[in-house]
Amino acid sequence: MLRRIFYFYYDGFRSMTLGRTLWLIIAVKLFVIFVVLKLVFFPDFLRQHAPQGAEAEFVATQLNQRAANN
Amino acid sequence: MLLTIDYAAIDWARAQFALTAIYHWLFVPLTLGLGLIMSIMETLYYRSGDAFWRRVTQFWQRLFGINFAMGVATGIILEFEFGTNWSNYSWFVGDIFGAPLAIEGIVAFFMESTFVAVMYFGWDKVSKRFHLASTWLTWLGATISAWWILVANSWMQMPVGCQFNPDTMRNEMTSFLDVALSPFAIDKFLHTVISSWIVGAAFVVAVSAWYLLKKRKDEHQLAVKSLRIAAIIGLCASVGAAITGDESAYKIAEVQPMKLAAMEALYNGGNDQSLTAVAWVNPFKQPDYQQASGAPMRLAIPHGLSILATRSLNGFVPGVNDILNGYTRADGTVEPSASEKMERGRIAIQTLADYRQAKSEGADEATLNSQLSTLNSNMPYFGYGFIKDEAELVPFIPVNFWAFRIMVGLGTLFILFFAFVLYLDWRKKDIPAMKWLLWTAIVLLPCAYICSESGWLVAEFGRQPWTIQDMLPISASVSDIGSTAVATTFWLFLVLFTTMLAVEISIMLKQIKKGI
Repeated sequence: MLRRIFYFYYDGFRSMTLGRTLWLIIAVKLFVIFVVLKLVFFPDFLRQHAPQGAEAEFVATQLNQRAANN
Repeated sequence: MLLTIDYAAIDWARAQFALTAIYHWLFVPLTLGLGLIMSIMETLYYRSGDAFWRRVTQFWQRLFGINFAMGVATGIILEFEFGTNWSNYSWFVGDIFGAPLAIEGIVAFFMESTFVAVMYFGWDKVSKRFHLASTWLTWLGATISAWWILVANSWMQMPVGCQFNPDTMRNEMTSFLDVALSPFAIDKFLHTVISSWIVGAAFVVAVSAWYLLKKRKDEHQLAVKSLRIAAIIGLCASVGAAITGDESAYKIAEVQPMKLAAMEALYNGGNDQSLTAVAWVNPFKQPDYQQASGAPMRLAIPHGLSILATRSLNGFVPGVNDILNGYTRADGTVEPSASEKMERGRIAIQTLADYRQAKSEGADEATLNSQLSTLNSNMPYFGYGFIKDEAELVPFIPVNFWAFRIMVGLGTLFILFFAFVLYLDWRKKDIPAMKWLLWTAIVLLPCAYICSESGWLVAEFGRQPWTIQDMLPISASVSDIGSTAVATTFWLFLVLFTTMLAVEISIMLKQIKKGI
């Protein structure tokens, strides 16, 4: 059964024509999204700025400051 | 608001989110609409055994695959933006947002990825019945995916099934069913998905029209039969979108009356309100709603707005000023004025701070319970505590007014167009010879996208200033982040998305030219 499933995908990928281009685009896109964008441009703000386990206090302080500034 | 956008982080973060969502939504409706049409075509192949329908199905599946490949994972960037640009919001919504998105990621992703493979690799390798089921399940997977995303979006428009926990500073889910089956989510899902079918139908009709205009012999039969099927789907979908849109507007009148007032440029409400068909609202300037009696040069449908909002000929519909000054609802409940809500919001914020301070200092149970009681009674207005000026509560009226009219106008045009095509087909007219009709079909394709995006503009601009209706405004939701960083990624995205779109259009056109 597993062998059949393997060859189903194997043969499918081998016989692709347009699909090869599309998979290449998907691979490049996923690399850009998950490696370049996520790691370089989109860090988790709270993980970077709030002490671990004190995120609630950090957000509470942020909200209080916003309310006070308004 | 729109045109006086400055370079502050909040505006860049909003612009970036809007850009990402708009691009993402270029791919999604075609996946949902074309998926339905190709499934119907394969059903025709399954039932008739005619090899022609198999070739037609495979052709549309190739175009579906191109769009699917381009669109996949573009929505994930929105989640990155939540964590970086909207960290206060992300923490505040907590698990309520997480649950639907996790289900979407797991169930829909695995469903789509499994059955997409069978759909493309499985011809002649699995039974016809299983292949047909896989095609339908690919479409269903994409539709279920849309369901969970729209559940998350609907919760922001109408927060239900949750309780704010002042200790964790998060909203915690009290009823999964209330969140997943919220009436707002059901209306939004039906309207959004059905209107996506219009995009799919318009796409198939436009491609078919191009083949007929080019007099491509090999694709003639494909074009004629695809055009007929797409016109049937298109007519059903555009009528369905009108019905579900009406239901959505009724729900908006109940939970987001300011959005409805902005859509209608209704400054002073009242009983027996007419529905604006056309009027002049300066697209670049917020109108002086406090002084003006209404939009000038107005042509309206008598009783229309009252019927839409209250299901009664002379029902009361509040305008912008009524909502700011407070009014009495049809059920007799009094909606407080903006200033009262702002005062209660400030009490909620102060009480929350006092409660957290008291708890950290080990205050007694009675004190804490008293503060919790005050907090809970004022929590529905928590977000108003961040509002400085009542004017902030009014969304930018021109965008809502015009986007709503573009959506409804184009939606009506699609009903007429698809009905006309089917009428000509029924009367056995020579559609392939009607060049003007074929060109109209091609021109209407971008209109379908404009119509679909306009709907989202109404939904999202109309709920400003809120990220979560009444609970959290954008000014409190955004991270304390520099505007340069957000502006950089905005331009980066613009280049990235535009390149991706150009690649998709290029591959799609090449494949269409190649033909069946």
